[in-house]
Amino acid sequence: MRNPLAEKVVDIPFSGIRKFFDIVSEMPDAISLGVGEPDFDTPWHIRDEGIYSLEKGRTFYTSNSGLKELRQEIANYLKRRQNLEYDAMKQVLITVGGSEAIDIGMRVMLNPGEEVLIPQPSYVSYEPCVILAGGVPVIINLKEENEFRLTAQELLDAITEKTKILVLPFPNNPTGAILEEKDLQEIARVCIEKDIFVMSDEIYAELTYKEKHISIAQMPGMQERTILINGFSKAYAMTGWRLGYACGPADIIEQMLKVHQYAIMCAPTTSQYAAVEALKNGDEDVQEMREAYNQRRRYLVHAFREMGLECFEPFGAFYIFPSIKEFGMTSDEFATRLLREEKVAVVPGTAFGACGEGFLRISYAYSLENLKIAIGRIRDFVERLRKEQQ
Amino acid sequence: MREQLLKIIERNSRIELKELAVILGVEEAVIIEELQKCEQEGVICGYHTMIDWDKVGVEKVSALIEVRVTPQRGQGFDNIAERIYKYPEVNAVYLISGGYDLLVSLEGKTLREVSAFVSDKLSTLDTVISTATHFILKKYKDHGTILEKKYEDTREKVTP
Repeated sequence: MRNPLAEKVVDIPFSGIRKFFDIVSEMPDAISLGVGEPDFDTPWHIRDEGIYSLEKGRTFYTSNSGLKELRQEIANYLKRRQNLEYDAMKQVLITVGGSEAIDIGMRVMLNPGEEVLIPQPSYVSYEPCVILAGGVPVIINLKEENEFRLTAQELLDAITEKTKILVLPFPNNPTGAILEEKDLQEIARVCIEKDIFVMSDEIYAELTYKEKHISIAQMPGMQERTILINGFSKAYAMTGWRLGYACGPADIIEQMLKVHQYAIMCAPTTSQYAAVEALKNGDEDVQEMREAYNQRRRYLVHAFREMGLECFEPFGAFYIFPSIKEFGMTSDEFATRLLREEKVAVVPGTAFGACGEGFLRISYAYSLENLKIAIGRIRDFVERLRKEQQ
Repeated sequence: MREQLLKIIERNSRIELKELAVILGVEEAVIIEELQKCEQEGVICGYHTMIDWDKVGVEKVSALIEVRVTPQRGQGFDNIAERIYKYPEVNAVYLISGGYDLLVSLEGKTLREVSAFVSDKLSTLDTVISTATHFILKKYKDHGTILEKKYEDTREKVTP
């Protein structure tokens, strides 16, 4: 029989997270700080709206680009929060999570051989999506001394004649890094000068703990060359609802709609009705969850520094990214031993790119009580390692 | 800061000062001062413990009593409310808009004890026109805390 598989797909490695997932699944008493989703339930009024839509029998397809009311609410939200103007009819597309938007965005923009700049450490799906779309991923290794921000110089150094898109994953998973206005201004200047587009993954936009999040699309001249991707998963604790959106120039969104139409049809209807409620009446929920995350963030940064582990203060998402370089082990070794010996699961930084070596991603999407137990175990482990190494 | 501090200790009044300082990002001295101020201003009225007495096996009967009263000239409802809330078995007294005037939350050892309080003490007050007593059969949620179910983390343990 012939090989049924496509080389392009087979050559893409599985995510480094899978290995840990397999070990943890066999350890029922392990504490995990390894999840990439909120611990809160979706606020009840949002769930209730989903249930109500089912009771009313709203169980059909919506229009391909999504409920008109939802697209309008998204446009209103972006105007209200970021002072961005999008035409709800032509510039907003509802997708199955932000993930789908990343995938189809790459597919409609890339010709074979065109390059996409991907700053790492970052979320695991950009690189495979670029490859599947026939593009060439080019990695920019972000540095701890810059608090894992992308600098204009790093961007300039990576640009070639084939560069078409820059992926801008901030607030960042796994580092918790953010970009502020002056960072964005300089990046915008380079993008305009070199005529490249930006795919800005802003799924954590509501979870920043310094200034309000700013989008690259707000920089002069950038909205017409930016695909803004966001969704409901992180802000409203709606991961399982699988709902996101892309906003951008009408000609790009139109082509994305075409792929979406053929591949997906439309995003889940129940989720769309619930999302309308989230945008209309969910601001307070977001505020409350943000406060809770912020308290846990301060607690963890403090705890890691108290342990003597280097940890820059992250101001976004719900992760911290401490360094374990002093132990002379790889992130993978450290995380594996921590799991086996203390039954605490964390994700090695390398799962998010080679330059994550020497770091761990610690999620604070857990209650303070949970975090405290986990920190106690990590502290024991670190002290034992230090004794071993004396 | 005050609002956040109060929200935290409303849920957990036993949280340590040191931890409060860390999670709110301020010095411990600032927390101490703020707590003292809140106590002096009567913002913090006490530090209580939530107990599910059912699980202790101690018999308790709780009731909510709707009370209709005749307001008194110059006093409104305050005078009669005071006469009611001074009884130690009364947990809470609220002035209510709508079909009746005062809502009295009561706790006793037995049904008879609660009934006796209503018939002997409450209904006999001059200004009380009528009462309607509702016994509480089961508490599902109290003070924002769900009493029945424990939180269970059903997420996948490691996800990107």
